[in-house]
Amino acid sequence: MHKLAGISSALLVGAFTSAKADFALNMREGVTSTSQSVYDLHMIIFWVCCVIGIVVFGAMIYSIVNHRKSKGAVAAQFHESTTMEILWTVVPIVILVSMAIPATSTLLAMEDTSDADMTVKVTGIQWKWKYDYVDGDASGISLISSLDARHNEARLLGAKADLSQFGDHYLMEVDNPLVIPTGKKVRFLLTAADVIHSWWVPDLGWKKDAIPGFVNEAWTKVDQPGVYRGKCAELCGKDHGFMPIVVVAKAPEDYAKWVAEQKSVAEAAAASADREWTKDELLAKGEQVYTTNCAACHQVNGQGVPPAFPALAGSAIANGDAAAHISLVLNGKAGTAMAAYRNILNDADLAAVISYERNAWGNSAGIVQPAAIKAAR
Amino acid sequence: MSTATATHDDHHDHGPAKGLMRWVTTTNHKDIGTLYLLFALVMFFIGGAMAMVIRAELFQPGMQVVDPQFFNSMTTVHALVMIFGAVMPAFTGLANWLIPMMIGAPDMALPRMNNFSFWILPFAFSLLLSTFFMNGGGPAGGWTIYPPLSLQMGDGFPFMIFAIHLAGISSIMGSINIVVTILNMRAPGMTLMKMPLFVWTWLITAYLLIATMPVLAGAVTMLLTDKFAGTSFFSAAGGGDPVMYQHIFWFFGHPEVYILILPAFGIVSAIVPTFARKPLFGYSSMVYATASIAFLSFIVWAHHMFTVGMPVVGELFFMYATMMIAVPTGVKVFNWVSTMWKGSMTFETPMLFAVGFIIMFTIGGFSGLMLAIAPADFQYHDTYFVVAHFHYVLVTGAVYSIMAAAYYWLPKWTGNMYDEKLGQMHFWISTVSVNVLFFPQHFLGLAGMPRRIPDYSVQFTDWNMISSIGGFVFGVSQLMFAYVVYKTIRGGEKATDQVWEGAHGLEWTLPSPPPYHSFTEAPEVK
Ligand code: HEM
Ligand SMILES: [Cu+2]
Repeated sequence: MHKLAGISSALLVGAFTSAKADFALNMREGVTSTSQSVYDLHMIIFWVCCVIGIVVFGAMIYSIVNHRKSKGAVAAQFHESTTMEILWTVVPIVILVSMAIPATSTLLAMEDTSDADMTVKVTGIQWKWKYDYVDGDASGISLISSLDARHNEARLLGAKADLSQFGDHYLMEVDNPLVIPTGKKVRFLLTAADVIHSWWVPDLGWKKDAIPGFVNEAWTKVDQPGVYRGKCAELCGKDHGFMPIVVVAKAPEDYAKWVAEQKSVAEAAAASADREWTKDELLAKGEQVYTTNCAACHQVNGQGVPPAFPALAGSAIANGDAAAHISLVLNGKAGTAMAAYRNILNDADLAAVISYERNAWGNSAGIVQPAAIKAAR
Repeated sequence: MSTATATHDDHHDHGPAKGLMRWVTTTNHKDIGTLYLLFALVMFFIGGAMAMVIRAELFQPGMQVVDPQFFNSMTTVHALVMIFGAVMPAFTGLANWLIPMMIGAPDMALPRMNNFSFWILPFAFSLLLSTFFMNGGGPAGGWTIYPPLSLQMGDGFPFMIFAIHLAGISSIMGSINIVVTILNMRAPGMTLMKMPLFVWTWLITAYLLIATMPVLAGAVTMLLTDKFAGTSFFSAAGGGDPVMYQHIFWFFGHPEVYILILPAFGIVSAIVPTFARKPLFGYSSMVYATASIAFLSFIVWAHHMFTVGMPVVGELFFMYATMMIAVPTGVKVFNWVSTMWKGSMTFETPMLFAVGFIIMFTIGGFSGLMLAIAPADFQYHDTYFVVAHFHYVLVTGAVYSIMAAAYYWLPKWTGNMYDEKLGQMHFWISTVSVNVLFFPQHFLGLAGMPRRIPDYSVQFTDWNMISSIGGFVFGVSQLMFAYVVYKTIRGGEKATDQVWEGAHGLEWTLPSPPPYHSFTEAPEVK
């Protein structure tokens, strides 16, 4: 017993002082002042526990070694000591109070979202994130951020993908990362479209739940440009493990460039929604949209996983009235995992994916133009 | 207080009915205790098998064994089965066997209700497990059943809710029985402050159960009506609030975690003095510590919800209250160590498990203290660090205490000594493997691995592999426990009445095995 305690405490202490990528042992210090104070609190309380542990386990091991019947120990008969009992009630209280003081000030700082330079609205959606830039230069930019397609293929059950190609970032790569400027206090408004999610990037030092129908606040200020990764932390259904978060912090000039780029992409997308699309265009685009948004449940081959996730190949909806199909995708289906894509996809993407569903896997129900989506909204 | 024994009108000592019907119709506290314990053992292996599936999938990155939905149902049902099917019934089984013998009573106060509260359980858990064969599969929204996610479950949903109702009714009836027995059936002279700590901790646990199980029942009933009756208790779209569910759930849930540990405190407080051959240190402070833990357990629930976005004043309150609970918990540990201090110790299997409990439960207490620091919990929450925390307090805590109790009282129950060599082997293999299994999970959580995910980034591979290997060894080594129990029931060296040299208490004054009705004459307690 004591041998084991020895080994594990040696492991503990040795462990927490080294920091390697693999066999990583300790919390990350992160890249913000918040993450640094959280790390410091973590280390203080960790060492407090170690010291108490050494005293308590030390006394216990001493007793186990020496106070054995086999060593001829005769049992004493004492069974109380008021001094000791007061001592080991008061000393822990003092330790706890001195711990509560720095914890309180860190907590107050973390919850102070005032005086932010900009605001991003984060929406958790089964199983992706949506980022809306609410104010400032980037106002109006809206991104859907889902697991990178190559990672998504590699994570299917039985896939024989070589994971080493992804380096340390298997399942931690997205198609559209959240981009923020360095040196600015960014306020986040967090909410969700369907179930509860939790937005967590360890390097920023916190996680916050994204709750449907409610808006939570949090903030960060990153000084180092870089790529910071995290994951959804609250169980949110089948693909909870597959909704990563990537934050790219860019220096203000690069950030401005990125904003300009995004604006022109958005304009192009808006323009394309107003024109007539060819069938080939629609199907090509539709397959892409389908893979990132729909295949998780309805499967790449359109067979779904009945009964929870119905097949689209040969389904009544995908082969029937286009208006009903459009309405289902726009509004979702209450009480199921089928989300409302009204605010997730734009008109062109919706037209493309619906056209794709109506023409893939042996379905043949004709195409839908972006204009029809616009009219149905 | 002696009236209960006096009014018992069976003067001749009759034995149990014959055959299978003995177990179906029994109202005997020992038979029912045995049923509870065997049921718990079966559930322990069913829940354990699910844990093996989880560890197999997490052995390496990539999806190899099960699909994500099934993985989620494994983590969910593993927890439900272990908490409600294994640990709680095991403690109730121990209470049934031991409380009458410890307080000098012939049986439990309400024997027919006792029978009923046990026989509900197999139905409850058959219902729960049957959901795996229904459309949509088993529950996969976590054992905490948070809406809106839990409402996405398929056809099995109402069956799961009904199973929880049944298990809750069983617990409430069992608790009422325990309270009534303890308060009315003590032998003359057995004042409250003379009761063994196991009886005390169970008395307090029973009150916690009676207070909180209806809260859980209310919460899951509201889920049911949200799903089927058009209410919106937990849906913002209809004016409700999904976070309210979490408040209600954890108002049950935190006392529940103490329900899972207070009887363990009682067991360890019985075993350590026996093998230290020295009276328990600080008996009355143990009683008061138990009572304060029970009280505090009602005002700390939101430490499970630091990240839901409470007002900062709320977060501060729950942080301070949670830190406070470490004080009475610490008092317990200090008292056990002081009981060992200057004792004359031997280390038979029950003592090994008890000492293992004290050390590893304390490690779980340390991580609990770390989790109490709200700003740090923003990092720890929903990661493997939390998984490590609660497995230290529940596996090396609650489950270890149950193992310790089984080894400690088996000779009394069966009249046969268990196989000491096998018992010690079981302890050492379990203790090494359980630490290989759970200790690295602290590292995984700190390094950023969320809980409840079926697949992970490659930098988490090493510790996951090690953890899985520990898991497989721990899982398989529990078969040894089942074997030792089986062997002891079948035979073995005859146990004396006192069994252990240092054992004190009324149960050790009875023959081994004890008569069918424990104390037909109330003993006198000085
Ligand atoms: C010193 C005493 C303890 C403290 C301060 C403490 C504190 C905490 C905190 C703050 C959490 C929430 C972590 C999170 O989700 O972020 C937690 C989780 C948990 N604790 Fe403890 N704890 C203590 C003892 C115990 C004991 C004795 C048990 C049970 C025997 C227990 C069982 C659990 C369980 C089951 C969870 C996780 C529930 C879940 O999310 O599924 N804890 N504890
Ligand atoms: Cu708790």
